[in-house]
Amino acid sequence: MYTFSSKLKSVAIGLMILGTIGVAYGFMTSHKDFSEVETMLASESHHGDGHGEAASHHETSQDDAHAAEDTHAVTGGHDGHAEVDEHTKHVNHVMHAMHKRPWAALYVAAFFFFMIALGVLAFYAVQYAAQAGWSPLLLRVMEGITAYMLPGALIVLGIAIASGVIGHYGLFVWMDPDVVAHDKLIQGKAGWLNITWFGVRGLIFIAGWYLYRHFSRKFSIAQDNADDNKNFKKNFRISAAFLVFFLYTESMMSWDWIMSVDPHWFSTLFGWYVLAGMMVCGITVIAMITIYLKSKDLLPKVNDSHIHDLAKFMFGFSIFWTYLWFSQFMLIWYSNIPEEVTYFVTRFQDYQLPFLGMVAMNFVFPLLVLMNSDYKRIPWFVIMAGIVILCGHYIDIFNMIMPATVGDQWYIGIPEISSILLFAGLFIFIVFTALTKAPLEPKRNPFIKESEHFHY
Amino acid sequence: MEASKVIHAIYTDDDVLMAAVKKVKSAHHHIEEIYTPFPVHGLDKAMGLAPTRIAIASFMYGCVGLTVAIVMMNFIMIQDWPQNIGGKPSFSYIENMPAFVPIMFELTVFFAAHLMVITFYLRSRMWPFKKAENPDPRTTDDHFLMEIAVHGNETELSDLLKETGAVEINLIDKAH
Repeated sequence: MYTFSSKLKSVAIGLMILGTIGVAYGFMTSHKDFSEVETMLASESHHGDGHGEAASHHETSQDDAHAAEDTHAVTGGHDGHAEVDEHTKHVNHVMHAMHKRPWAALYVAAFFFFMIALGVLAFYAVQYAAQAGWSPLLLRVMEGITAYMLPGALIVLGIAIASGVIGHYGLFVWMDPDVVAHDKLIQGKAGWLNITWFGVRGLIFIAGWYLYRHFSRKFSIAQDNADDNKNFKKNFRISAAFLVFFLYTESMMSWDWIMSVDPHWFSTLFGWYVLAGMMVCGITVIAMITIYLKSKDLLPKVNDSHIHDLAKFMFGFSIFWTYLWFSQFMLIWYSNIPEEVTYFVTRFQDYQLPFLGMVAMNFVFPLLVLMNSDYKRIPWFVIMAGIVILCGHYIDIFNMIMPATVGDQWYIGIPEISSILLFAGLFIFIVFTALTKAPLEPKRNPFIKESEHFHY
Repeated sequence: MEASKVIHAIYTDDDVLMAAVKKVKSAHHHIEEIYTPFPVHGLDKAMGLAPTRIAIASFMYGCVGLTVAIVMMNFIMIQDWPQNIGGKPSFSYIENMPAFVPIMFELTVFFAAHLMVITFYLRSRMWPFKKAENPDPRTTDDHFLMEIAVHGNETELSDLLKETGAVEINLIDKAH
């Protein structure tokens, strides 16, 4: 049995406290009023630094209607009235973006850690459904990580709904009745995109995932002291059923919880794309925790072929993620239809560094670093590669949420980093607590011998 | 070198063969070659063969393929007959690059895969119209054959091989 070391526990609690303070600070400082934002913008354009450029840039690169008004103001509107109007509009826009920032920062981090747990849950179900012989020694590690799925999912859904109820529509513009009243496209989608149905749907997804997680864990532990394989067979059946449910609900979840921040835009492979990201992150975390536990001599039977296989999955799913990312990008880039391509135009204009940096971190880096077979067996090497992959996929989620919420007012500062710390602490706390609840080796799993002798 | 005489020891089971290989190696005899009807897992390590370098070759072939794709698309689509790609007539390679990525990918895989297979065949001394080296057709069915060079120690060797479970031991003179 594993015991949660007090050192790690205090690290987790420390992270949570630090994160909470930072998040609270982010919320408190974000509520600047009109005149404060006005002076801030004025001093910025006066100094002419990078931010000022971004702000003036932003005036010309808004969505079509806004841009048209801008040109109108510049060409036709030399009377003072139009200029004042435009100025008020711009300051208001920046002010709203700044109000949204702590919400968006919290949401990105919450989703990122939830996505790790959900990805592991799917990977775990695949192990049972495929009756994989290599992985039974890692099943308990996976079960520990999936313990975060339920709290993580409830937090994400909670933040999403709270942003619409108490947060002045900080994340989803379709929750704002004023916006919907002036938007034909969102009106057409209102049957799907309304807060009640959004919440109910989310709870159905979470309930389904949690039921699987609950019963598979139960059967997995019951199998430890069984004389036959009945529990294993039950697990096989519910895993296959769960995977069907998961693939539908995961797709819908990604439309709801991510894609709908841009309610005009849609991509038909978005669910796949999010799935690929969550699988990479999930497998990376499995590898990291396995290596950690092995370094404490708690998983003596896990050999370097298991680490090798996990690293192969990290490599493979990184390529898979790139394939989907590029498929989505290339089709939209090629056809160049205004309502679709605007998604990538904003990212290229305002998010160039995170957008292209993410491709380097999530594709070029794992491709070159994890290609060599020998490196995949070196624990510290896998950990270092894993850290870069996790950072890359955090930025991936960042790029999905931020352009639609804070626009060009993004920055990775106190609200973002504190949110990461907060949820990292919670994640460590819940996962390692769950690891103490059952023996780390599922000793009566019918494939345990094969897993012990696993040699690639 | 006086290695014209070889012993052919024949086995009927891959596990017995593996144990035999380890025994022969530990007695410091040089195994020239082993013929098996199917790939035996771990045999290369037991025989002490150097690890394969085909992955490095494959990586280099992939780089060649990628380069060919880049140069080829630049010539075809940008220089020789400039194309209006996706309604964006920029005629710039870098701006049209996303359209060429699938070709880069395909040619990288194509070069890596085909050249790797060809390299593997050549390195295994197999090419069209080559006469089979296989000394005993039974090794294509259900027998395993170990070939060991003899340096005037036939009796010692055949005793050792008998011990390891060989079902048949033949002394072959390759000189003729």
